[in-house]
Amino acid sequence: MRQIQFALVLVIVAFTSGCVSMPPAQDYSAFRNADPHSIVILPPINKSTEVVAPYSVMSQLLVPIAESGFYVFPVALVDQTFKNNGLTVANDIHAVPIQKLHEIFAADAALYMTIEDYGTSYVVIASDTVVSVSATLVDLRSGEVLWQHAASASSAETRGNNSGGLVGMLVEAAVSQIIETVTDRGFEIAAIANTRLLSADGHNGLLYGPRSAKYGQPVTSEKQK
Amino acid sequence: MRVFLVVFCTTLFLAGCKTTEPTYYYGAYPAAVYSYFKADDTSVSQQITILEDVIEQARVKGKPVPPGVHAHLGMLYFETGNAGQGVTNFEQEKFLYPESVTYIDFLMNNRAGAKI
Repeated sequence: MRQIQFALVLVIVAFTSGCVSMPPAQDYSAFRNADPHSIVILPPINKSTEVVAPYSVMSQLLVPIAESGFYVFPVALVDQTFKNNGLTVANDIHAVPIQKLHEIFAADAALYMTIEDYGTSYVVIASDTVVSVSATLVDLRSGEVLWQHAASASSAETRGNNSGGLVGMLVEAAVSQIIETVTDRGFEIAAIANTRLLSADGHNGLLYGPRSAKYGQPVTSEKQK
Repeated sequence: MRVFLVVFCTTLFLAGCKTTEPTYYYGAYPAAVYSYFKADDTSVSQQITILEDVIEQARVKGKPVPPGVHAHLGMLYFETGNAGQGVTNFEQEKFLYPESVTYIDFLMNNRAGAKI
């Protein structure tokens, strides 16, 4: 019994230490076999308290998915279609049978997203806008999960190190929070988080789709294997 | 000679900075979608102007119009009561992106009522 516990701990330690630098490349075999051409984005489940979060995140999804080479259904129109059919809550939309989704959109795959975190917080030393998202790509013809990933981005990454001492830092924090709420910094950070999540050029992103010049080529994380 | 070296080094440096050119021209399309969702101060006719400009700029730059722009624009035209431009843009989406045909036809067939 002791030995099993020890082995288990060893395995966990080995596994997590491997994760520290770069998570292992995911298995793309199902994705490659399914070869989806078009993706419909379902309204994301919002776990944050920010009401605009789903709007902001949905508006920033086209670029990374289209640049990876897929047809993306127009998010606002898709959202309207659900609303016109009495579906206003993301959880209910995520529960719609895939056959029904495939019948209406004829999309090869659907992107089920969750906004884990979204917003600006004033944390004394630095005011920070964070966007964290996770997503699952499901084949609408077979129901098979093709790909899963999570990513986040923060405004603190781009702000330079302050050299004005503690008072300077406190002032900067207060000022930056004003800037971040007024200019809707979340919308910009969402673009970075979504690119990290989905872009075929990023680590563990989507594969290259048929509209990409790199269609069929291995993605970055596959090359690292 | 020194000038040459400076130019050479700058070129090398900038070449290293070059990122991949996007396939499509997006312009203010993502921001316009965000405005639409939020129903903010940007009116629907202003949003139409923004999208028509995105399409024009894409033409000028010789880049393709991204997926969904014509479909989204068609929806905005329908909302302002301009069904003619609405249908034209829906048809353009189908022409540029055959992946959208089933969905766009579904939308057109369901326009018997006031719904899109």
